[in-house]
Amino acid sequence: MEQLIQFAISVLSLGGTYALLALGLATVFGLLGFLNFAHGDLMTVCGYGLFFMLAAGVPFPVAVLFAVALAGLAAVAMERIAFRPLRGRSPMSLLITSFAISLALHVSFQIFISPKSKPIPIPSYFSGYMTFGDVFISKAQVMSIIISFATLFGLNAFITKTRIGIALRAAASDFTVARSMGINANKMIMLAFGLSGVLAGVAAVMWIAQRGAVFPAMGLTPMVKALIAVIIGGLSNPKGALYGGFLLGLLEASFLYILPDQYVIYRDAAVLLTLIAFLMMRPNGIIATNAEPMR
Amino acid sequence: MKNTLLNVDQLEVSYGPVKAVQNISFQVNEGELVTIIGANGAGKTSTLNAIMGLTDISAGKVEFNGNDLAKSSVEAKPKLGIVMSPEGRRVFADLTVKENLIAGGITLPKAKCDVRLDEMVKRFPILGERVNQEAGTLSGGEQQMLAIARALMIGPKFLILDEPSLGLAPKIVTQVFELISELHQEGVTILLVEQNVKKSLAVADRAYVMELGHIVREGRAADLSQDKKIHEAYLGAA
Ligand SMILES: Nc1ncnc2c1ncn2[C@@H]1O[C@H](COP(=O)(O)OP(=O)(O)OP(=O)(O)O)[C@@H](O)[C@H]1O
Ligand SMILES: [Mg+2]
Repeated sequence: MEQLIQFAISVLSLGGTYALLALGLATVFGLLGFLNFAHGDLMTVCGYGLFFMLAAGVPFPVAVLFAVALAGLAAVAMERIAFRPLRGRSPMSLLITSFAISLALHVSFQIFISPKSKPIPIPSYFSGYMTFGDVFISKAQVMSIIISFATLFGLNAFITKTRIGIALRAAASDFTVARSMGINANKMIMLAFGLSGVLAGVAAVMWIAQRGAVFPAMGLTPMVKALIAVIIGGLSNPKGALYGGFLLGLLEASFLYILPDQYVIYRDAAVLLTLIAFLMMRPNGIIATNAEPMR
Repeated sequence: MKNTLLNVDQLEVSYGPVKAVQNISFQVNEGELVTIIGANGAGKTSTLNAIMGLTDISAGKVEFNGNDLAKSSVEAKPKLGIVMSPEGRRVFADLTVKENLIAGGITLPKAKCDVRLDEMVKRFPILGERVNQEAGTLSGGEQQMLAIARALMIGPKFLILDEPSLGLAPKIVTQVFELISELHQEGVTILLVEQNVKKSLAVADRAYVMELGHIVREGRAADLSQDKKIHEAYLGAA
């Protein structure tokens, strides 16, 4: 029973984080048809924002809000500076540009901040364990479940209940037609990047809460996970990203439980093997889409 | 005295070396229903895209109410009262019927948009029964009705329809043309591109015939539908 509860918590907390990241990737992909490789670095930006604000004595919850907003702004800035001048180019050019941005950010963090890891003090309500009877539960995991689900519900409400959210989905569905209905392309692209940055920021907070540090390449691992999640889920469909994120969480948690201790280090390899097998059966992901990327 | 709403003057559209539209001129007057007919690849869609600002104009000009349309972006067209129901319907497949309509009325203030939504749902009962259904799961005929309803959300002054009858069953085609006729009677100015020559000449006031990028015939729809050459080229087999 305890095992089951702990397992469920692992699945939901891992899956929730991956889902947020994958949704961020899918949001931008839906409009511009490319995977933004610098997405993970938005997490790092959020991490450093958090680090500097906490160092300056800003209370944790306030620092979190600002750091998440900073990631959103960084994403918008990234679009304005790097992607907008390339508007109309092939998605491949945008993809390669995003590699360059990611690299430039890594190097800048190394030079201007530090190549070493910076510790981030995590408050007690976000770290350590709590007990339910004889079940030990990590508070960071519980918090991450609460935060990721709240974010997912918030996002869902935004894109289904508000006019601007509906406009964003219309633009993702058919950008040309959406524009001819008066939906502004620049606004939608800015919104998509802003949202993806905020989602990366929220994911970063949960990621960091379980690790207590930020370093220049911090975004890389979660970025790779998010990529796997969108590939499992199918690109350009938010539902696919959501399912892909949780399925990846389920896979990782399962291997953590199934694999004998000495083989746990092969967990990622096992996950990737499963993924390959899965893609051989469903090359387009859980939800196959043939949405046309916009130019 | 009819006021010219759309004035296309010596328009040219090219894609690289390919000249899809060559030096065509035509007008649509206020309240008129004008049809452009022609075979596949004649340049009809290219002409419409040039009017909407979706394709660059290589030469010539397009004026709406005396204003140069090349100067306004695609996004600005609804504010001018211009809207197009595109070729192939292109409803937002993973949005619901209701959300498609809201997207169509996105330039309206919220309250106005709600009112129009209500009117559309009443006007199109088949959509009214399916407001929460994803548009991609509608039948072809239902999708066409939705595409037109979505275009009507803004209460357009000028409605452009690109092959609304394409790929629909005869009974549905009849319904689509009835709807176009009704809209015409309500005073909407319409530019209708069609390959269903017989039906479009029956509803239109005037017609232009396009072939290989040129306008080769023009006249009153009633006259063209009696024309022997048109009969041979477009109506003979049908
Ligand atoms: N984006 C494009 N790039 C290159 N050539 C194009 C493009 N769009 C259209 N064309 C070419 O321009 C010509 C006219 O095409 P257009 O779509 O305007 O014809 P149409 O009259 O609408 O045909 P249909 O009845 O089949 O829709 C065709 O030869 C087509 O191949
Ligand atoms: Mg066409």
